[in-house]
Amino acid sequence: MLDYLLTEEQQMLKELAHKIAEEKIRPVAKEYDESGEFPWDIMKILAQSDLFGVYIDEKYGGFGGGVFELSLVAEELSRACGGIAVSYAASALGTYPIILFGNDEQKDKYLPDIASGKKIAAFAITEPNAGSDASAMESKAQKDGDSYILNGRKQWITNGGEAETYVVIAMTNKAKGARGATAFILEKGMEGFDFGKKEDKLGIRASATRELIFNNCRVPKENVLGKEGLGFVVAMKTFDCSRPGVAAQALGIAQGALELATEYAHQRHQFNKPITSFQGIQFMLADMAMQIEAARALVYATCRMVDSGNMSVAKESAITKVFASDVAMKVTTDCLQIFGGYGYMKEYPIEKYMRDAKITQIYEGTNQILRGVIASHLIKEQTKKK
Amino acid sequence: MKVIVCIKQVPDTTNVKIDPETNTLIREGVESIINPFDTYAIEEGLRIKERLDGVEVIALTMGPPQAEEALREAISLGVDRAVLLSDRKFAGSDTWATSYALSKAIEKIGDYGLIICGKQAIDGDTAQVGPGISSWLDLPQAAYVRHIEKLSRDKATVERMTEEGYDVIEIPFPAVFTVVKEINEPRFPSLKGKMRAKRAEIEVWSAADVGLDESCVGLNNSPTRVVKIFTPPVREKGMILEGDISENVDKLTDLIRDVLIG
Repeated sequence: MLDYLLTEEQQMLKELAHKIAEEKIRPVAKEYDESGEFPWDIMKILAQSDLFGVYIDEKYGGFGGGVFELSLVAEELSRACGGIAVSYAASALGTYPIILFGNDEQKDKYLPDIASGKKIAAFAITEPNAGSDASAMESKAQKDGDSYILNGRKQWITNGGEAETYVVIAMTNKAKGARGATAFILEKGMEGFDFGKKEDKLGIRASATRELIFNNCRVPKENVLGKEGLGFVVAMKTFDCSRPGVAAQALGIAQGALELATEYAHQRHQFNKPITSFQGIQFMLADMAMQIEAARALVYATCRMVDSGNMSVAKESAITKVFASDVAMKVTTDCLQIFGGYGYMKEYPIEKYMRDAKITQIYEGTNQILRGVIASHLIKEQTKKK
Repeated sequence: MKVIVCIKQVPDTTNVKIDPETNTLIREGVESIINPFDTYAIEEGLRIKERLDGVEVIALTMGPPQAEEALREAISLGVDRAVLLSDRKFAGSDTWATSYALSKAIEKIGDYGLIICGKQAIDGDTAQVGPGISSWLDLPQAAYVRHIEKLSRDKATVERMTEEGYDVIEIPFPAVFTVVKEINEPRFPSLKGKMRAKRAEIEVWSAADVGLDESCVGLNNSPTRVVKIFTPPVREKGMILEGDISENVDKLTDLIRDVLIG
């Protein structure tokens, strides 16, 4: 691996996450993949180890790092299980809106419990008819005195049902289109806030993916993030910070798969030789190592850029997420190929990596939508030149 | 109340090579860790701190200067204070001399309610240092503790593992426990703990600091000598005769006859 000149603190949390991944997560990854149960016992270990607070200010009991620290942990956990890792990372997705747009009261109220891992968070924007086209969302929040009345449903919400703190985007003024959405902080247990069906998924099966249902749910106006009408801005800025985290998850999945495939190829003998002696296998391994290292360099550089406070990171975040997730899909597919027939069997761990990798090309902006984002930035930059 | 946890830094493998000339372990290239059984002792110390108010957990080790690393790890897990007993004069001490030196350090720490050790170290496998400390300090001891049932500031009820099952005993404090791995599941360090460990000051005490009799420590003053180290043969599984009693008696007498007469 390249020397990324991590600080001593970053090295420390990376090693801690690595140790937990190897000793606690890897042994149970298959079990959780099969049962689809939420990995509370692992979440508890991550909480005790202070890993939930790595990106949160020390003032709120966090470690005082940023997206880079979050990504280092997500990468290490994903090497062992992409599903458990996303349960961890999705809490950050639900927390970034509060970090970026929350006022002091909201931060004081919500961040300490999230930093300590006592509560986990979730972010909800997607709806049955509003995926890539978020502006098509139908959930409504109607102002009523000092509060808002929420109605509608959110779909495929990671950590849904398990999280205590939710950031939910809903339309406060449909006529204003993209400027008519608002972000709210909701708490599990609020009257009129329920959970629907839990999804049965191809991969990241340890993570909870569930529907949120709002039925005349009254939310006090103190729970508005930023201000009314800023909902999409909150969402977009949050994604700018979280996409490098998805990229880190993809990177970890790819890295974990390559390690397994290399180990397997080294001990698997055919024609009286280890299959690593065949150039066909060697070139596959080399190509994967190249792709993964390039993805890592990109992820780390983007994280550092985001953490520097640079606000124009939409293009870079998109580039990183698309690149790393495409690498993860390609690498896990090729790793399974190296395992041959064994790789196709559930008895071996590699097929899970391929299943887990797929979602990274889909969520937090499909790779097609994000290519559109990247291209629109290129076009905008070109227009400015004239 | 002070809970003192005695730990040892050991090579990270149960299968290290032995130098055939000197009969000592070849330590080069082998990473050092906290003796795995001692990690249960640390964890139990921390749990006692969580169960009772006003408990200070102190990790104590005797070893070369690099054993400081093991103490820092103990701090990262939540131990409050760490003491390293280190002096060239201790080199080569056997379990008698080691437990003597540790007991002097424990006396210097003072105000102890409980001393916890792992049941044995994975390098020497003697299981003698814990009971040795209890003898030097003239304290009651419970070895192979697998569960602390009742606990107060002046006594505890514990389950002590035996080959056939376990004993439940009540023991007044101050006391010495050695613990087995069944007692708990050691926690992971926390980031904050690791940061604290990095900055923590480790107290280093010499033989003179604890005021011990120097003619009782070190290789030459140790009453035992390591003559030979070897991997013991695996004990073969016993045979259980089941079924009809009179047939079994016949079988058994045949077996005994075979052994006796051959």
